[in-house]
Amino acid sequence: MNRNRLQEIIPRLVLSPSMALILIFVYAFILYTFYLSMTDSRMLPSYGFVGFENYAKLWDLRHWWRALTNLAIFGSLYIIICSVLGLFLAILLDQKIRGEGFLRPIYLYPMALSFIVTGTAWKWFLDPGIGLENTMHQWGWASFEFAWIKDRTLAIYTVVIAAVWQSSGFVMAMFLAGLRGVDSEIIKAAQMDGASNVTIYRRIIIPMMRPVFLSAFVVLAHLAIKSYDLVIALTGGGPGQATELPATFMYSYTFTRNQMGIGASSAIIMLVMIFSIIIPYLYSELKPGRQR
Amino acid sequence: MSAEKTAGVSGNKLARAAIYSVLIVFAVYYLLPLYVMLVNSVKPLEEIRQGNMLALPDVFTFEPWTKAWSSAQVGVQPTGLKPYFFNSILMVVPAVAISTILGALNGYVLTKWRFRGDDIVFGLILLSCFIPFQIALIPAARILGMLGIAGTTQGLVLIHVVYGLGFTTLFFRNYYAAFPTELIRAAQIDGAGFFQIFRRILLPSSAPIIVVTVIWQFTNIWNDFLFGVSFGDFDSQPMTVALNNLVSSSGGVKEYNVHFAGAILAALPTLIVYIVSGRYFVRGLMAGAVKG
Amino acid sequence: MAFLKIDNLRKSFGKVDVLKGIDLEIEEGGFLVLVGPSGCGKSTLLNTIAGLEAITSGEISINGKVVNDLHPSQRDIAMVFQSYALYPNMTVAENIGFGMEIRGIPKAERDAAIARVAETLQIGALLDRKPSQLSGGQRQRVAMGRALVRDPMVFLFDEPLSNLDAKLRVDMRTEIKRLHQRMGTTIVYVTHDQIEAMTLATKIAVLKDGVLQQFGTPAEIYNRPNNLFVADFMGSPSMNLIPAKVKADGSDVAIVMEREDGAPLTLPMAEANGALAGRDGKEVVFGIRPEALTDPDSADRNASRISELDCEIEVIEPAGSDTFAVTRLGGREIVARLRADAPISAGQTARLAFNLDKAVLFDPQTQERIG
Repeated sequence: MNRNRLQEIIPRLVLSPSMALILIFVYAFILYTFYLSMTDSRMLPSYGFVGFENYAKLWDLRHWWRALTNLAIFGSLYIIICSVLGLFLAILLDQKIRGEGFLRPIYLYPMALSFIVTGTAWKWFLDPGIGLENTMHQWGWASFEFAWIKDRTLAIYTVVIAAVWQSSGFVMAMFLAGLRGVDSEIIKAAQMDGASNVTIYRRIIIPMMRPVFLSAFVVLAHLAIKSYDLVIALTGGGPGQATELPATFMYSYTFTRNQMGIGASSAIIMLVMIFSIIIPYLYSELKPGRQR
Repeated sequence: MSAEKTAGVSGNKLARAAIYSVLIVFAVYYLLPLYVMLVNSVKPLEEIRQGNMLALPDVFTFEPWTKAWSSAQVGVQPTGLKPYFFNSILMVVPAVAISTILGALNGYVLTKWRFRGDDIVFGLILLSCFIPFQIALIPAARILGMLGIAGTTQGLVLIHVVYGLGFTTLFFRNYYAAFPTELIRAAQIDGAGFFQIFRRILLPSSAPIIVVTVIWQFTNIWNDFLFGVSFGDFDSQPMTVALNNLVSSSGGVKEYNVHFAGAILAALPTLIVYIVSGRYFVRGLMAGAVKG
Repeated sequence: MAFLKIDNLRKSFGKVDVLKGIDLEIEEGGFLVLVGPSGCGKSTLLNTIAGLEAITSGEISINGKVVNDLHPSQRDIAMVFQSYALYPNMTVAENIGFGMEIRGIPKAERDAAIARVAETLQIGALLDRKPSQLSGGQRQRVAMGRALVRDPMVFLFDEPLSNLDAKLRVDMRTEIKRLHQRMGTTIVYVTHDQIEAMTLATKIAVLKDGVLQQFGTPAEIYNRPNNLFVADFMGSPSMNLIPAKVKADGSDVAIVMEREDGAPLTLPMAEANGALAGRDGKEVVFGIRPEALTDPDSADRNASRISELDCEIEVIEPAGSDTFAVTRLGGREIVARLRADAPISAGQTARLAFNLDKAVLFDPQTQERIG
């Protein structure tokens, strides 16, 4: 009898430390940050309630708009280029390529690096003084110019280049797994119907990759919104504020500009952005698996 | 792109040659930054400034490596990256171990000892994978201060355990969901209790998912920058933060070769893990991407 | 006295009632088979007996002792699972000995028990192998060995043969029956295969949608099914169920069915306890098993009432030992079972003998048997 009771309690006991940690460090923290975003906190948390004043201030800041615009540019290009490039490389690799086992790891290894390393590498590679531009000059192409990283309007695109370099191999791997999962009998049936290979990809296989597109979108979108390290290492947010993203904005307002209230409200906005993508996705993914 | 794709799927020799050349061009794209770092890390500074970033070294020197490791100026002190490397090790090993063990137990409970509301518990844990960490920075700093572990390795371990729990739980839950429940029932009839079943029946079959989880956690925690820069001080700052300090410390001449050597040093542990067990690494990425 | 007794057992998952008040009992040494289509609740019922699933209300007792709140390991039961559930990381010997190991039985004693069971099941040569190195039939034996070694009061089998190929399934069925005859332990056995149920059981419980449809000996279930569901579910090919009308004229009662060409086919019925008298003109379902509908030469000589009638044969299906003939009555396809060399052919009329002793009638409204 006792044993049965105990066996019922143990599982919950085992789960409870994790659950407590998550409840405090995730959900209570979210509430706390939300509360801070409604206060007049500056360098340290303070509890003078100011309502939505910080949000109003935030949306008046050009700096914040810059960060959001940059996120829109960076996020959409990052997602689109990674998906297209990933699918393209996956389709090519799926053509019974000799040396696939050699090429695939090369496409994927950047994912093992930290964004700090990626940023450091690309920072110098894109630097006009010693990087690509210099190299082209050395090779005799004197008019070659590539100084995006120093250019206020173009610098954000260098962040895209480095981020795509890091993540596209991963998207490729996702698509490759998807392509390998397509039932070969469907392809045989299409061939019997006289469809060309291009048609088979366009009409049958790529439409079947919908779930992979969705997963890739969710993963990439949340990485984009969280992007912090790469910008810090690549451009430090500059030149000027040219490559600020919400994540770097939040950090600098909270910890270097002593505007904790505004920093907290920007963090809440980031959370809302991510959850509005993630929650519907998780809901739809988990729902069919709900049966006991 | 569509022209190449057309070529990519038809069978003739020209098309296959085109596929291979595209694939090789991309291999070069992915390898180039690593190559640049590698060759320039063994050149004297003078040669980098005057020479071609892509050229092999005229004079081969290990000095940048030794300097990056033990004597380069990091922040304010000329310690090299060495102490930070060990900071990272001391942080990563316990954080990976604890989060993996907790994840395994959580996954076990959530699949084999289901209870009313376990879906919600899992949903809450899973959602924690996606929160922007900016939301946790301010309250986490206060909690670590209250616990007296601000700026210490223990503090970073705690933070990494908490924010890794979502992924480790997800991995083990998905793995154990496919583990036959009849085995658990058979063991119950044999009289085995909660921990006996876990240790004797599940754990011996869990090697693949343990490897995946350990690699995933190791890579993520080693590569973390945000928590390291927010909650670390000299005695606890990880390698990524030190690398960023090394690269962006503005005083004097930019020692590119030392920076490159440092970047490779920071990337080395995860690269080695990737090379040794790339298969599991990819599997972890996939498991992290395809939920439910 | 009942050895295993199940009293008004209910089980629900949330709002879904899976078992709706089951009453069952089996005597010591009995072989109870729970049978029904998938989703009928038979496996859930078995799991509640095992203690693997908690019950919502009701009572389960084994040997006079209520076991509702006992942990599975304390109920003195052993279970053989559909997937065999062999621990993949342990050898055959370790699998069989695991339960004893948990209970802290000394190694020497364990080894002796393992050897004894291995001898019984002839798996001595496999003891050092891992489950992955065994064939399906061998795994099945090991799973039974793990149950046998416990020497329990009740054995529970959850569709143990469903993962085996057809030939092996028949062999193992015989083996289980032999084992039961030799050991005399009470068995509860779940299957969806009605042939397994008929061949193995001393008592059969037919379930559908969490409700017990009929509980009785195999002969009772087969010959006098309680309702249309049981009639249709048990037996292969299944019972012919033909829409018909009652014609009652004083003490003469007959059943009228419609032939394909619209002409009536009338069968005289013995009045079973007056149940039909009041039903003149009412619709009934006339049930007759294929073997009770045969060529006149094969008809049961001991039967008291046999009607011979001409029927149009549509299709002939020779099955080696028998020949099945398909005809049509009351708008339904009707299967008759004839001896193998019966001189009939498709498209012709043949004379068929209806053994009315074996016929049963059902009320189409309530679905219950009449009489």
